[in-house]
Amino acid sequence: MLHTVNKSPFEKNSLETCLAHAAEGSAILLIEDGVYGALNGGVFAGKMKDAMGKFTLYAMGPDLKARGIADKVLDGVKVIDYAGFVDLACENDKVQAWL
Amino acid sequence: MKFTIQVNEGPYTHQASDSAYQFTKAALEKGHEIFRVFFYHDGVNNATRLTTPPQDDRNVVNRWSELAEKHNVDLVVCVAAAQRRGIADADEAKRNGKDADNIAPGFRISGLGQLIEGGIQSDRLVVFGD
Amino acid sequence: MSEEMMGGDIKKFMYVNRKAPHGTVYALESLEVVLIGAAFEQDVSVVFMDDGVFEIVKGQDTTGIQTKNFSNTYKALEMYDVEKLYVAKESLEQRGLTEEDLIVDVEVKTAAELGALMEEQDVLLSF
Repeated sequence: MLHTVNKSPFEKNSLETCLAHAAEGSAILLIEDGVYGALNGGVFAGKMKDAMGKFTLYAMGPDLKARGIADKVLDGVKVIDYAGFVDLACENDKVQAWL
Repeated sequence: MKFTIQVNEGPYTHQASDSAYQFTKAALEKGHEIFRVFFYHDGVNNATRLTTPPQDDRNVVNRWSELAEKHNVDLVVCVAAAQRRGIADADEAKRNGKDADNIAPGFRISGLGQLIEGGIQSDRLVVFGD
Repeated sequence: MSEEMMGGDIKKFMYVNRKAPHGTVYALESLEVVLIGAAFEQDVSVVFMDDGVFEIVKGQDTTGIQTKNFSNTYKALEMYDVEKLYVAKESLEQRGLTEEDLIVDVEVKTAAELGALMEEQDVLLSF
């Protein structure tokens, strides 16, 4: 399954809930304000590094750039674009949006 | 692949409509089929033709209308959500005793069943919201 | 995963509710989707997690805020053959709630169990 998270973990618990429910091997894509979950400094970095052992993490490049944090992305988070988002939606059997 | 897209938020206040548009456009460019884009909750506000956004910003409503025209995308606005929020076509306006309609080109008003049908008929349902 | 049947798929639809009622419209309007969707005779599950568990708390009285009290409508889901109602155990506990506080019969599931249930679905709707 592809999971999308569009809200910042500093604002909402959507990322946390996603991580608690996603099955091992899932793809998790951070979009919109969700990309703040990919910051390499900050309180969620440790949790996200652990998550990489269980899931494949992606972040939306255009959203990172818009927010001026494209150079602050955690190592191991794959940066993709909208075409990549479409590909992920196709490669996974369904999409769950954690709003 | 055949996609149905669900848009839960209106233009400008949330990024949902923008993300949905970019996803839809990318899917079309890759040769996928968009079965339907369904606008629910405040998402119905993407269908008013009365917006006048600043010249130096994107025109969210027109972008959707252009996508509908260029690629024959089915843009459906939920009737119940539209009635609550004041989005109407000529028929709805007449039926509900309103003195105006405001729906933008390319959008049509229909029931929630269209969303469920989208889920049934499509390979993937992708939701954009808040 | 559901099997495709000739001439008419039955898909597993899951409605994911994570928001409290009344402060926003999502609880009411997602319930409307479930009710209308019931006519399509798919295999429907409804999940309440995070603040979504508040949607089905007993004793809601909206007279003071003058908004629609739709909480009793959850009891009608059974009549629409929507019987798979799940509630997140951790979400209930974090909020100091038990099944006794809820307006409908539900199955309480852990995060792992809900995650597994979600994997089984064909279509996931979020509001």
